[in-house]
Amino acid sequence: MTPVELLGRWLAARLPESALAWLANGIERCSTGIADRDLYLLMSAVSRHVGKGPLALTDAELAAGSASRPGWDPRDWTLDQAVRVYLLCASTSGGAQCSVRLDRLCSAADIGELVAYYRGLPLYPDQPRYALRAAEGVRSNMRVVFEAVAHRNPYPSEEFTEAAWNQLVLKALFVGSPLAPIVGLDRRRNPTLARMLCDYAHERWAASRPVSPELWRCVGLFAAGPVLEDFVRLFERGTADEQQAAALGLREATDPGAARLLELHAPVTRDGRDSSLAWERLTAAGT
Amino acid sequence: MRFIDPHIHMSARTTDDYERMAAAGVVAVIEPAFWLGQPRTHVGTFIDYLANLVGWERFRASQFGIRHYCTIGLNSKEANNEALAEQVMDILPLFLGKEGVVAVGEIGYDDQTEAEDKFYRAQLQLARDLGMLVQVHTPHRDKKRGTTRSMDVAVEMGLDPGSVIIDHNNEETVQEVLDRGFWAAFTIYPETKMGSERMVEIARRYGSNRIFIDSSADWGKSDPLAVPKTARLMIERGIPRSNVEAICYGNALAAFGSSGQFKEEDWLIHQPRDERLLYLGNSVLRGQQPRVDELPAIPEFDERRIVK
Repeated sequence: MTPVELLGRWLAARLPESALAWLANGIERCSTGIADRDLYLLMSAVSRHVGKGPLALTDAELAAGSASRPGWDPRDWTLDQAVRVYLLCASTSGGAQCSVRLDRLCSAADIGELVAYYRGLPLYPDQPRYALRAAEGVRSNMRVVFEAVAHRNPYPSEEFTEAAWNQLVLKALFVGSPLAPIVGLDRRRNPTLARMLCDYAHERWAASRPVSPELWRCVGLFAAGPVLEDFVRLFERGTADEQQAAALGLREATDPGAARLLELHAPVTRDGRDSSLAWERLTAAGT
Repeated sequence: MRFIDPHIHMSARTTDDYERMAAAGVVAVIEPAFWLGQPRTHVGTFIDYLANLVGWERFRASQFGIRHYCTIGLNSKEANNEALAEQVMDILPLFLGKEGVVAVGEIGYDDQTEAEDKFYRAQLQLARDLGMLVQVHTPHRDKKRGTTRSMDVAVEMGLDPGSVIIDHNNEETVQEVLDRGFWAAFTIYPETKMGSERMVEIARRYGSNRIFIDSSADWGKSDPLAVPKTARLMIERGIPRSNVEAICYGNALAAFGSSGQFKEEDWLIHQPRDERLLYLGNSVLRGQQPRVDELPAIPEFDERRIVK
């Protein structure tokens, strides 16, 4: 079953009859060549018809979702968001039309609509077409819009250039958004990002401002030379969370200096626990 | 006391204004689509402006704990560029159905030209077709006649007076507006339009039925605290508290609430200033009654005289 078919099935099981009738009519119009103007009118009125309740998928439904589209994680979606993405996908025959319509919808969107359209990114046809649109969402000053791209969304890790990816991670830290829900966070680590993050940590320290312990998740792998000094600082002057983050980070470093530091400051962490779970605990503690 | 400012152009105001309004007890604002002090020359700038009203400005207000709503329309001044106005009419439907859009507005007459009349009528028709409220800007010049004409045309176009808010009233216009069953809004301006003192006398004479006040604060000299300040003066001058609450809160809620897009529970249910909860988490509270005992305390009104 395709993701779009799944959306239809999930909505059918949740919406009241009147909303379903409205949706069926909308889908019918969408799939028979709806005019742009009519599509925009239909899209703006979605929440008036289906409400904004949670989609509240079961574990089995979430599993079916990620089986149909690897990395897709709609656990936080609401009914109106699911309907908007469903309608947009139903209205377009291919990537060219979809990307034009998506851009025009976004240009006149309210906040809730923007969140829906960005959450839908992994489902649109011809995936590479939407990288600039997604980067635009990352530039948003509205945190909820930023997180629609950044969190539980496989699109950025698949389609962003390294420069765009690094901006996404750095921006998350800037706006106080947790890193753990970023899909592909570990896989897309790179030395340039590690350097940017260390510079950012130094700026924060210089201003006597706190640094998210999660930052070190993207640094540890590349820790060597002077960067090890940052880890010494974490062990010696950091909070308990920062010390744990330093240990988790350094466990992945290949530099022999990192191993010595770990032996000295955190011998107990070499216990083979799942490190991504440990990072998520740090996120939860920090928010 | 809690206040609604049902007419204020927040996108022209500063964050200090938002802070002072929240501290003074303003819980919700309505921002009518208007002009920007000079006429726009492209339909694209209208689109971006309207998108800003339903997007960034709403978010910005939420950061200060104030709920932001808007009205969408083509203002009377810019209706006089007919070629552009036609294009604007084509894009209005993109915005009218969005969440938090409480009326078609502010529309009406400025110079009372033929072009203004044409687009006022076209938008009244749109409001009637979509079952929406209308927020009417009455002209500064030739006000009495312009106000009468605004109501005549609204009735002629098939609007129910109870779904039309006539704004910027004064002592000369209020009687007819109330007699004909429209809502009567008063803009409290530091110098022009209505002052707070005059408003007290109107409240004394006309009571509080279908009357409410707003600041219409914008990029000009105006006061975003006009509603709470006028409330204070009314109480000092002996207007009954229940009347003051109706004029500064309840009547605006009743007038715009019938849109279905302006609900007291939006601000009565205390929500943290977290935009995820504000915009996506309404469902969390579905079915719960607003719990008045848990309302955040509203600070006493304070003008913050930093240097005395």
